This record gives sequence, structure tokens and C-alpha cells, in this order.
Amino acid sequence: MNSSRSSSGASLSPRSPSSSQPFLSVSVSDPVKLGNGVQAYISYRVITKTNFPEYQGPEKIVIRRYSDFVWLRDRLFEKYKGIFIPPIPEKSAVEKFRFSAEFIEMRRQALDVFVNRIASHHELRQSEDLRTFLQAEEETMERLRSHETGIFKKPSDLMQIFKDVQSKVSDVVLGKEKPVEESDAEYEKLKRYIFELENHLAEAQKHAYRLVKRHRELGQSLSDFGKAVKLLGASEGNALGKAFSELGMKSEILSVKLQKEAQELLMSFEEPLKDYVRAVQSIKATIAERANAFRRQCELAETMKLKEINLDKLMLIRSDKVAEAEREYHELKAESEQATKTFETIVKLMNEEIGRFQEQKTLDMGIAFHEFAKGQARLANGIADAWRSLLPKLEACSSSQ
Amino acid sequence: MMDSENHTTEEHLHPHPLSSSNDELENLNLHENNEHDSLLSTKSYSNYRSVMSTLSDSHNHPLSSPSFVSSADSDPLLSPPQHYREFTNPNSSDTSSYIDPPSYADAIFTSFDGETSSNGVDTPTRSSSDGIFFSRSSSSSEFLKITVSNPVKEQENSNSIVPGSSSYVTYLITTRTNIPEFGGSEFGVRRRFKDIVTLSDRLSEAYRGFFIPPRPDKSIVESQVMQKQEFVEQRRVALEKYLRRLADHPVIRKSDEFRVFLQVQGKLPLPTTTDVASRVLDGAAKLPKQLMGESLIAPSEVVQPAKGGRDLLRLFKELKQSMSNDWGGSKPLVVEEDKEFLAKKERVHELEQQINSASQQAESLVKAQQDMGETMGELGLAFIKLTKFENEEAVLDSQRVRAADMKGVATAAVKASRLFRELNSQTVKHLDTLHEYLGLMLAVHSAFTDRTSALLTVQTLLSELSSLQSRAEKLEAASSKIFGGDKTRSRKLEELQETIRATEDAKNVAIREYERIKENNRSELERLDRERQADFLNMLKGFVVNQVGYAEKIANVWTKVVEDTSGYAKEST
Repeated sequence: MNSSRSSSGASLSPRSPSSSQPFLSVSVSDPVKLGNGVQAYISYRVITKTNFPEYQGPEKIVIRRYSDFVWLRDRLFEKYKGIFIPPIPEKSAVEKFRFSAEFIEMRRQALDVFVNRIASHHELRQSEDLRTFLQAEEETMERLRSHETGIFKKPSDLMQIFKDVQSKVSDVVLGKEKPVEESDAEYEKLKRYIFELENHLAEAQKHAYRLVKRHRELGQSLSDFGKAVKLLGASEGNALGKAFSELGMKSEILSVKLQKEAQELLMSFEEPLKDYVRAVQSIKATIAERANAFRRQCELAETMKLKEINLDKLMLIRSDKVAEAEREYHELKAESEQATKTFETIVKLMNEEIGRFQEQKTLDMGIAFHEFAKGQARLANGIADAWRSLLPKLEACSSSQ
Repeated sequence: MMDSENHTTEEHLHPHPLSSSNDELENLNLHENNEHDSLLSTKSYSNYRSVMSTLSDSHNHPLSSPSFVSSADSDPLLSPPQHYREFTNPNSSDTSSYIDPPSYADAIFTSFDGETSSNGVDTPTRSSSDGIFFSRSSSSSEFLKITVSNPVKEQENSNSIVPGSSSYVTYLITTRTNIPEFGGSEFGVRRRFKDIVTLSDRLSEAYRGFFIPPRPDKSIVESQVMQKQEFVEQRRVALEKYLRRLADHPVIRKSDEFRVFLQVQGKLPLPTTTDVASRVLDGAAKLPKQLMGESLIAPSEVVQPAKGGRDLLRLFKELKQSMSNDWGGSKPLVVEEDKEFLAKKERVHELEQQINSASQQAESLVKAQQDMGETMGELGLAFIKLTKFENEEAVLDSQRVRAADMKGVATAAVKASRLFRELNSQTVKHLDTLHEYLGLMLAVHSAFTDRTSALLTVQTLLSELSSLQSRAEKLEAASSKIFGGDKTRSRKLEELQETIRATEDAKNVAIREYERIKENNRSELERLDRERQADFLNMLKGFVVNQVGYAEKIANVWTKVVEDTSGYAKEST
């Protein structure tokens, strides 16, 4: 429920450490490039302030890198099935972009948001893996990171699961009968919603990214135009020449404004949209988990039935295999109950999560829209002011003619 | 010329993404969109006004009838100064004084109005050169308005047994004027492209030294292409522009050639080739050409540069002359001594380069603005779809709230996109002035070339004269040695002296011509400077006013969204 996005992290209460209310606040900052050449990477400072008893102290600072965040996410995904794990920013495909100032800042911001969302989730914040992430020594972290044996080591694994779920959902949508699927109509609706939502969001994000590019291009062409006009002014000389020069200068000023706005747009509008897409993808992973759990529950139930029939048979003929079969049966029964419990937990959690997700997203997008509109208004006003200031000079030119 | 390019760019502004999903837009009460496209595609001023007034009004208009333009409360454009005030930031308390003088607002609107609205049937693609001509206040109240329309395919009426005689296109050239020399106020003729070429050729012969606007290019395309709608339309536009530029030239608009072209019905009564013999100048008599021995350059011929064919010998002589000018040790007898002219020429050359580069950057600026508008529109559309989706699928209230927020942004983005496109089509018109002047540079070069070749002719004649004279001297000296006279030599001497006299006359004519051209160059340069200053100033004003106006409108659109979403504003720490 608590979903503020301030960079110092969310918590149930004000920051005062002496408050009796439990709080956990995290910040990700100070990106530093370490290493050389191909091995180079960025490290971040992660500062934790908390009064949770399980933690080592009121404040702790550790150094973490991107793959540590990935580790945290994977662990949470394994442990907290049913909960929508906050998404992390993607690895950058383009090598030379990897160390640009803008990219580093964007990533830092996204990682900060990531950790804070975990810290403000009433279940996730209790996670032991979170504690490890926030407190462990660097060497420990390194060891854990390289010994990662979770099923979801690579993004490609996640991708595979998405694809499976996608095909299963489309099968359901197309009406193909698949035996081992839930028949919850509301849940089906939700799945369809999630899949379609991703498409819509991806398109919006694509256009948002293009809009950033357009700002940069317009800025560039204004700069070039300004230069050319200034030269023309120099050729003309006299009052008109001056007017041209002024126009050229304004043009160049506006070019700078546009470049700045482009960066703003990228960070405050396009990035939240991307984040939204990632969040939806995370939900899809949870959907896959739920499908797995359901299948497992069904399989175990089936197997248990068979074992039961077999056991009855054996009991009838007073076989000496009865004891063993009975043991196996009870084992299976326990497993089956466990699987059912797992599945039901996932269902319950998902129901809660969906509400939380929608509210979170309304807030996130509200902020993004606000910033977007602010930026555009700011830019337009800046443009109007700059050009307007030229008008008296132009007026003076024509009256002197 | 870049003009046609610009127009095609403008056309491409219009099949924009929104037009394909109009039904979706309808659902969100953006009926305006549909209408605006059709309005915008005719670029006449009255539609510009109606679009502007619609945007200032937040409610939906009954857009189907054009009468909404006249509805008093919604059309601030009826009184330009009021409308211009709209351009200012409504929040600023000090409405700067420069806004109030109506002349300023007029400057914006007259440059797009001109006589478009009064001209009954306006051509769908308006010539952007109108912008220059109507904003520059002409001293006299004379006007000469030309329209090119109604292309018609006609057959070459040949007495041909051969089937499939070639066809060509004629255009209706309508003129409206109050210039007395025309002896009429409104008339029309049909002309074909060939006639334009003829007109252009005759003008460049008759008006050497003047900056004559260059005619549209001949096209080396197949006859099939020639017939195509697009090609014909492009050509019509180009012809109209050309004729309007001619009409704007203070000297050429009064020329016989031009008048005859515009007025005389039927076949164009201008010679189709350079017919030197029929040109009688200053009462110079036609002199016999001696085919053997010395060839004469007839005075009437010297007023034209040497061309191929009959003028071969003259060409050769002038070439020899120019070479000796360049490489010979001796200075030619008349040099381009006008340092002022040389300086001006250099300046013109430099100016041309700057205009060229500014014109190129203007094109990419326009493209960037267009792209911005397009992408903004696409973004808006994507959000509209998303809004619809969320509304349809909403299970929770938070979804509905989000959908409502999103709709605000989407609507704003769509509006902003439209504003960008309008801004851009206006920008194109303004910055087109740069392209226009580039075209004019060709005319300037041509005029300078006239001067150079006239000078060359003079130089050639002078050295011809001097060599004839030295021959005469030699002959005289030789014959005087013989007592009693040398009949053969005397006769030769007489002939030679006749030749000298003829050459003298020719030289005088050539010098007069050269001086005339020099004077034309000078007065034209003055006119160029004057008009260019005025035109460029208007261009700057128009461009800037436009930018200000639209930027303010766009700011308003987004400010509303800022207010609507102010609940989400980050709390300041």
C-alpha cells in the first residue's frame, strides 16, 4: 500500500530512527566505474537505514553491482511465488552506451526504485535474501552470486517460461482444450488482460522513445539552422544582419533547451513506461509459476489416486508389499497436500497483488504524466519566451527601413 | 527548384497517422480531427483562420458548415489585433506594446491573405511566393495578378497521315490588372510550355543585365510521364510561380514581350529563335557583310552574345580576345574597371553561399518539426488505445482513474501534434523566402554574364579595329612610295577604310550596349538589396511570430494536463 517513490526509500513511518514504528529505507547511489576493458563494470553504494531487529544495526553501507541485484531478484522470485517481484532494468546490449552518463544515471534510478519497492512490500521486506543483499560483505556476495543455482539463472530461462505461458494462454483464448489448466473464468480474463496490456504498453513506450529522439533531432537542426543564419547575418551586415545574428543565437539557445528536455523526457517519462512493461513481464512470470504449481498439484493428485487404488489392491491380497506401499502413499499424500497449499497460496497472493499492482501503477503513471506535461509546458514556454524576446528588435529593424 | 519539393513535403504532412483511426478518435470526441485534415489540405488562408479559431475554442464546433468561421464569439480573427493578443501569454500582466499596433498583426495575416480569399477559385496548392509579394508594400497602387489553371491536353493539329500525332498540354493563364498599358482589366489566354520557353528566351535577349527570374526547367521525361496528373500539376504550379515573379519585376512587368504573352489570343506572336536581322537598334543601318576577307560584325548583331553557327567567326575572335585577356601580356583596351562592381559581385557570391546553407538548414528544421508532430500524434494515439483498453477491462477503480489520467495526456498529445503540423506548414511558407532568393541568384549570375560577354564583344571589336587601322597605315605607307599612285593598293585601301568605318560603328554600338547593361546591373543590384532586406525582414518576423504563437498554444495544452495531474506532484522535501 505504501508506494511513494522518493529515492530515500519508502517506509511506514517518518525517517526518525528513534521512532518505534518499524522502518526500512534504502538508497542506491554514487555509481563508480571499476575494472578495466571488457571486465569493467559499475558499482553502486547501497545505504540501508532501519530499525528492524533482524538487521545488524541502524545503518549499513555496502557496495553492490548490477549482477547482485539480479541475484536478489532471482532469489525472491524463487521464494515468493505468487508475489509480483519488482522488475530490474535490462542489461544493456550496446557496449558503448553502457558507460554513458545518462545510461548510468537511468540505471541507478531504476535500481533504487527496485530495492525500495522490495523494502516497502510487506512480505518481501522480511526476506532473508534481502538482508543478505543489504548487509553481506562484498566477498560473501561474490560467492553467492557465482554459485547461483536457481532455475532462473539466465534471462533466457525466463523468456522460455514466458513463451510457454504465452502459448498456453493463446491456446486457451483460441478455445483449444488443454487438460491441465485452471478453469477459473476470472483468472482467464486476468491472463488475457495482462498479455494484451503488455502489447499496448510496449507500443506506447516505443513512441515515447521515438519522441525523445525527435527532441534531440529538433535540437540538432535548430543548432545547425542557428549557425547558418548567423553566417547569413554576418554577410548581410547592418540592422538586418544583426537581426539574423540574434535569430541564430536564439536558435542555438533553444537547441540546448531541447537536448535537456530530451534527457528529462527519457528519465521521467520513457523510463517509467519501460518500467511498467517490465512489471507486466514480471507478472507473466508469476502466471507461469502459478500454472506450474497447478500442474504439479494435479499431477500429484492423479498419482496419489493411482497409489491409493494400488494400495487397496495390495491390501486385498494381503501382500507383504503393503507396508512399503502404505509408506509411499503417505509420503505422496504429504507432497500432494504441500503442492495444493503452495498453489492456493499463490492464488491468494496473486489476488492481493493485483490490487496493489494496479494502485501502484496508477500512482506511477500519474507522476510520469505530470512530469511529462510539466516538461512539455516548460519547453513550450521557453521557446515562446526566447522567440518573443526577438520581436522588439525585429520591429525596430522595420521601422528603421 | 526546391519549390516543388516543398510542396510534396507538405502533401506528405497530411496522410498522417490519425487519419486512419478516425473512428477511434470519434469516440473521444475529437471530431475536430477529421475535419481539420480536409481543411488543412487546402492551404488557403480562410481555412487557416478557421483552424486557428477552432483551436482557441475548447468546445466542439459544428464543423460541417464553414459558417462557423463567422460566429462572432468564436472567431477572434475577424479583428486581427484581438487575435494577435491571443498569441501573447495570457498570464503575463504586461502585454507588451508591440502587440497593440494593428499593423503588426496585419503583417502576419496579410502575408497569407493577399488576394487568396477574394479570388474565387483558388488553386489547391497555393504558391508560397505569394508571401513575399504581398507583404512588400509596393509604392504604386498597380497590381498584376496572374493565375495558371485548367490544364488541357490538346492535339498537335498537323496534316499528318501518320496516326498518333503528338499531344501537348495547354494552361489557362488568367490575368487581372489595373495597369493601363494592358488596356483591359481581366483576360485569359491559353499557352503551352513551349510558349514559356519562348517568352523566357526573348526576355533574356531584350533585357540583358537585368535579374530575370529563371523559368521552370524543361523536363526530359517520356511523353507518358508528361501526361500524368502529378507532373502536370507540378508544372502548373511552377508556371504560376514563374509568371508571378515576372509580374513582380518592375521593368519586365511592363515589357512588350510579357504583355503580348499574357494578352494576345491564339498563337504567341513572339519569334521562336534569335532573329537578329529583324532587330533594328538606334537606327543603325544594316551594313553589308563582306564574305571574303574581313568579315564584319554587323552592329545589330553585337547586341547579342556570339552564338553558334553563323557567329562562329565572331566566337573565335572573342575567344582569342579573352585568351589574350587572360594570358596575353598586353592589357585589353577596356577592362572591368569598376572596382565597386567587382566588390559587389564578390559580396553577392558570398551571400549566395550563405543563403544556400541557410536554406538547407531550414529544410532540415522543417523536417524535424514535422517528425516531432508526427511522433507526438502517434504517442497520443497509442495512449488513446490504451485508455480504451483499460476502460473496457477495468475491474478496479484504480484502473479507471489511470484511464482518465491517460486520456488527458492522450488528448493533449493529439492536440499538440496538430499544432506542430500547423506550425510547420506556416514555417515552410516563411522560410521559403530563402529558397526563392536562391532561385533569384541564378538570374543574378545570368545578368553578370550578360555584362561579361558584352565587355568581351567591346574588347574584341577594339582590337579588331586597332589591327585594321595598323594594316591601313601600312598600306598607305606602301602606296605612297609609289609615284602616281597604286591603283590596286588604293582600291584596297578604300575598302579597308570602309571596313574600319563599319567596325567603328559596331564598336560604338557595342560600347553603348555594354554601358546599358552596366547600368541595368547597377540598378538591379540596388533593387535586389532593397527588396531582399524587406523580404528577409518579413520572413524573420513571420517566422518568429509564428513560433511564438504556436509555442504558447502548445504550452497551454500541456499546462492544463499539469493542473489536472497536480495531485501526483512530488512533495518537496
